[in-house]
Amino acid sequence: MKFDFTLILPELVQLLIILGLFFQTLKKPGTENKGVFSLGWLPWAAAAGIAVACFSIRQSGFLCWGAYQVDGLSQFFKMAVALGFAITSLNAMSAPMVKDDKRADYFLFFALSSFGLMLMASSVELITIYLSLEIASYSLYAVIPVRGEDPRAAEAGIKYILFGAAATAVALFGLSYILASQHITYLYLLAAKSWAWADSPLAVTGITLFMIGFFFKLALFPFHFWCPDVYDGTNNETAAYAATLPKLGAVVILIRLVALLKPEIEVITILAVLSAASMTFGNLAALIQTDVKRILGYSSVAHAGYVLVGLVAASPAGLSAAGFYSLIYLLMNLTCFWVICSLSTDGRNLMLDDLNGLYKRAPYLAFVLAVGAFALVGLPPTAGFMGKFFLLTAAWNRGYNWLIIIAALNTAISIYYYLNIVRHVYTQESEGMQQEAPRSGSAIWGGLLAASLLVLGVIPQSVLRWMEEATRQMMR
Amino acid sequence: MPILSILTYFPLAACFILPFLRNEKSVRVFTLLVGIAEVFLALPLFRFSMTTPDYQFVEKVAWMPQWGLTYYMGMDGISLLMVLLTILFLPLCVLCSWSYISKRVKEFHFCLLLMTSACIGVFLALDLVLFYIFWEAMLVPMFLLIAVWGGPERRYASVKFFLYTLAGSTLLLVAIIALYKAGGTFSIPDLTGQTFPFRFQFWVFLAMALAFAIKVPMFPFHTWLPAAHVEAPTAGSVLLASILLKMGAYGFLRFCLPLTPDASVYFAPMMIAVSVASILYGGCVALGQKDMKKLIAYSSVAHMGFVTLGIFVFTMRGFQGALMVMLNHGITTGALFMLVGAIYERSHSREIANNMGLGKYLPAYMFFFGLFALSSLGFPGTNSFVGELLVLLGVFKANPWVGAAVIPGVMLGAAYMLRLGQKLAWGEPTQAMAWKDLNAREWSYLVPLAILVFYIGLAPGLILRAVDPTLNRGLERFTLRPRPAIVETVALPNTQKGVYAGLFSLSR
Repeated sequence: MKFDFTLILPELVQLLIILGLFFQTLKKPGTENKGVFSLGWLPWAAAAGIAVACFSIRQSGFLCWGAYQVDGLSQFFKMAVALGFAITSLNAMSAPMVKDDKRADYFLFFALSSFGLMLMASSVELITIYLSLEIASYSLYAVIPVRGEDPRAAEAGIKYILFGAAATAVALFGLSYILASQHITYLYLLAAKSWAWADSPLAVTGITLFMIGFFFKLALFPFHFWCPDVYDGTNNETAAYAATLPKLGAVVILIRLVALLKPEIEVITILAVLSAASMTFGNLAALIQTDVKRILGYSSVAHAGYVLVGLVAASPAGLSAAGFYSLIYLLMNLTCFWVICSLSTDGRNLMLDDLNGLYKRAPYLAFVLAVGAFALVGLPPTAGFMGKFFLLTAAWNRGYNWLIIIAALNTAISIYYYLNIVRHVYTQESEGMQQEAPRSGSAIWGGLLAASLLVLGVIPQSVLRWMEEATRQMMR
Repeated sequence: MPILSILTYFPLAACFILPFLRNEKSVRVFTLLVGIAEVFLALPLFRFSMTTPDYQFVEKVAWMPQWGLTYYMGMDGISLLMVLLTILFLPLCVLCSWSYISKRVKEFHFCLLLMTSACIGVFLALDLVLFYIFWEAMLVPMFLLIAVWGGPERRYASVKFFLYTLAGSTLLLVAIIALYKAGGTFSIPDLTGQTFPFRFQFWVFLAMALAFAIKVPMFPFHTWLPAAHVEAPTAGSVLLASILLKMGAYGFLRFCLPLTPDASVYFAPMMIAVSVASILYGGCVALGQKDMKKLIAYSSVAHMGFVTLGIFVFTMRGFQGALMVMLNHGITTGALFMLVGAIYERSHSREIANNMGLGKYLPAYMFFFGLFALSSLGFPGTNSFVGELLVLLGVFKANPWVGAAVIPGVMLGAAYMLRLGQKLAWGEPTQAMAWKDLNAREWSYLVPLAILVFYIGLAPGLILRAVDPTLNRGLERFTLRPRPAIVETVALPNTQKGVYAGLFSLSR
C-alpha cells in the first residue's frame, strides 16, 4: 500500500511546527528568546496550518492499512483543531505565569496535544484511536501544572493525570471486551455487527466502557470532577486550551462510535441519560460559582450534555449538528477565555467582582465577553443559538423528546449565571482600586472572535453543510 | 423593493454609524433623524391593500433549505398596526430621553435602535425560527436599557425581566421544533392550513401560551413587569409598555389561535379566567400604589387583560377590540410613561406625594396628563373607549356573566386613574411652584400622541378597515376548521404521535 503524503498535509504542518518548537527548546537556559529562539513565528505557522487544513478539506482516502481514514469528518475536525491551536497559541503568546525559559516547551506541549487530536480525527480503528488519545493526553498532563510556582496548578495537574489515567484504563478495559466479543477492531467492520444487549452484552459493556475515556475528555457528568478544579488551578491560557480542543477530539470519536450503532440500542439510552444529567448538574453547579473560570468549567459540563443530544439523535442530521456545535463551542469558549486572559495581565484567577465596571475600562472587551456569554446561553442571533437549534431539531421525534425538553429548560437555568457575568460587566462599578489595562491588541482579535460568533449565527449554512456532507458520507 | 427588510434593518444599519459620532448632541440628532427617516421609509406601506386578508409585501428567500429555514417576511393588518406603532415610538423615545439620559448616550441610542429593529422583525417574520430569533434578540438591548440606565434597583429588575422572559420562551423553541416536525415547515402561513391532532395541540399550546402569557403579562406571571417598569429609564418603560407587551398578545393571535385552534378552545375558559383576574387584580393593586410608574405598570396588567380576554372569546368584536386595546394601550400608556419621565426630571421623584399640585403651576403638563389619564380609563371620545367597548361587546355576546365580571375592572380603571389625576392636579403642592411648564421638546412628543388619542377615539374606522380582512379570515378559518377527534381512534403517523408518546417513554 502506497503511503500518500498529500492526504496528511495538516498533520505534516503540525509536525513541522512541533519540530520547530522542539528545536527552540534546545536553547541554553537563562538566555533570552531572541533570534532563532524567538517565538514570533508560531501564530503565523499556526495560521498557515489553518490554511492548509482548509485547503485539504476535499481529501479522502485510507492510510495505514485502513486504520487511518481521511474523510470529510476528519478534515472538518482537523480544521477546527488547527483553528483552535492557532487561537490558543496566539492567546498564550504572552502568558504571564509561564517563565520565558519554559515558553518553547509550553507551546511544544500544546502543539503535540493538537497533533494527537488531529490523529484522533482520522483514527478509525480502536487501537489507533486509543494511541492517538494517549498522544493527545500525555502532553496535556505535562502542561497543566505549568503555572509559576503555584501549588494549585500542581494539584490540578495531579487531579488531571489521575482522573485521566483511570478513565483511559477503563477505556482500555472496554476495548478488551469489544475485542473479546466482536473479534475485530476496525470500525467499518464493527458497524456490521450487532450492538444490541440481547445479542452481545459483552460488546455493549465494552463499548460503553470504551466511551468513558472520551466522556472524561468531554467532561461529561459523572466524569467531570476534574474539570472545574483543573480550570481553576491551571494557568488561564492553559485552561483555554484544556477547555476547548480536547473536547473536539472526544466529539469526533464519539461521532464515529455512534455512527456504527443503530439508533434503537441501549447505549443510546445511556447517552441520553448522561446527557440530561450532565447539563442539569453542570448548570445547577455553575449557579453558585464566583470564579469565572469555574463558571466556565461547569458550563462546559453542561455543554458536554448539549453535544450529546446530537449524538442521541444518531442520524446524519444529529451527528452533523453535534459536530457543528462542538466547533461553535470552541469559538464561544475561546471568546470568553480570550477576554479573561486579556484582563488577567498578572495571570491570577478572575473573580466575578474583577469584572465589575469592565464596560468603562474596556468597552470593546466588555462587548466581546457579552457576545461570548450570550452565545453560551444560546441566544439568537449568535452562533450558540443556531448550534443548539440544530441539535434540538435533529433530536426531536427520535424517541427522546424528554431530553429535548430538559435541554430547553436547562437554557433557562443557565441564563442566570451567564447573565450574572454580563451584569457584573455592565452594571457594577469597579470599587476604588485602579485596575490595570488589558493587554494591547486584545480588542481586535477578541472582536474577530465575537464577529465570527455573530456571522455563524446568521449564516451557518456553509460550515454546517460541510459537516452534513461529512456525516452523510460516513453513515452511508 | 424589499420594503419590509429595509424597514427592519435600517435602524440596525444606522447603529453602526453611531460609534463614529463625536459628541452627545450629534448622537441624539442622528438617532432622531434615523427615526424620522424610518417614518418616511414606511410611506410605501400606504400601498397596503385593505381589501385582502393575504400577507402583503412578502419576501421569501431560501435561508437553510435542508433545515427548512426560509427568510420569510410579510405583513397583514395586525402586523401593519404593530409596525406603525413601533416606528412611531422610535423618534418619540429619542425625544423623551433627550435630557433624561446623560450618561453613555451613544450606547443608549445604540440599544434603542437595536430594539426597534428587533421589534419590527418580530411583527413581520412569517418563519417561526426567524420570529424566534427576533423575539430573543430583543431581550439583550432591553436588558441593557434597564440594567445600565435604570433606577437604584436596576440590577434586580433587569435580571428578573430577563429570567422571566427567557424562561418562558425556551419551551416556545421546543414548540416550534415540534410544529416543524409535525407540519414539515417553519412557515406560519403554511402551518396555518394544517390540522394537528388534539393531544399535539394541547402541548404546543401550553408551551407557546407560557411564553406569551409571560410577555403579555397575564396575572400570575406579571411580577417582572412592575419591577422592570419602575427601574427602566423613561424610554425603556415606553418601549416596554407600548411594544414589548404587545408581542405576547400578537403571539396569541398569530400562533396560538391559527396553529392550535382546538387547544385554544379547550383552554379558553382558563385564559378568560386568568384575563379577568388580571383585569381585577391589576386594577385593585394599581389603586393602592404610591409610585406613579408602578401604578401605570399595574394598569398595564389590567389593560392587557382586556386584550387576552378579547382574543379568547373568539368573536369578531372581541378580536377587533383586542387589537384596538393593544394599539391604544401602546399610545396612551406610552404617553403616560413619558409624562412621568418629564415630571421626574423636575422633581427627581416618582412618588405621587412629591408631585402634587401641578394644576396651577404646570397647566399644559396637567392638560396632557388629564387627557391621557382619561384616555387610559376609557373615557368616551378617546381611543381606549373604542377598544374596551368592542371587547365588552364581544364578551357580552359570548358570555354575559364574564362581561358582568369585567365591569368592576372598568370602574377600577376610572378609580385609580382619577385618583392619580386628582392628586397630581389639586393636591397640596410641595415643590411644584418652582418648576417650569412643558418645553417645546416635550410638546413635540406629546402632541402627536394626543392627536392620535382623538383621531382613534372619534374615527376608528380606518384602522378597523385595515385589520378587518385579516381578522375576518382568521375567525372564519377558526370557526370553519376541521375538528380532529379528541380521542384518536385512528393511529397517527409516527411523526405526530412521537411528540406526545416520546415524552415519557425512554425508548422508541
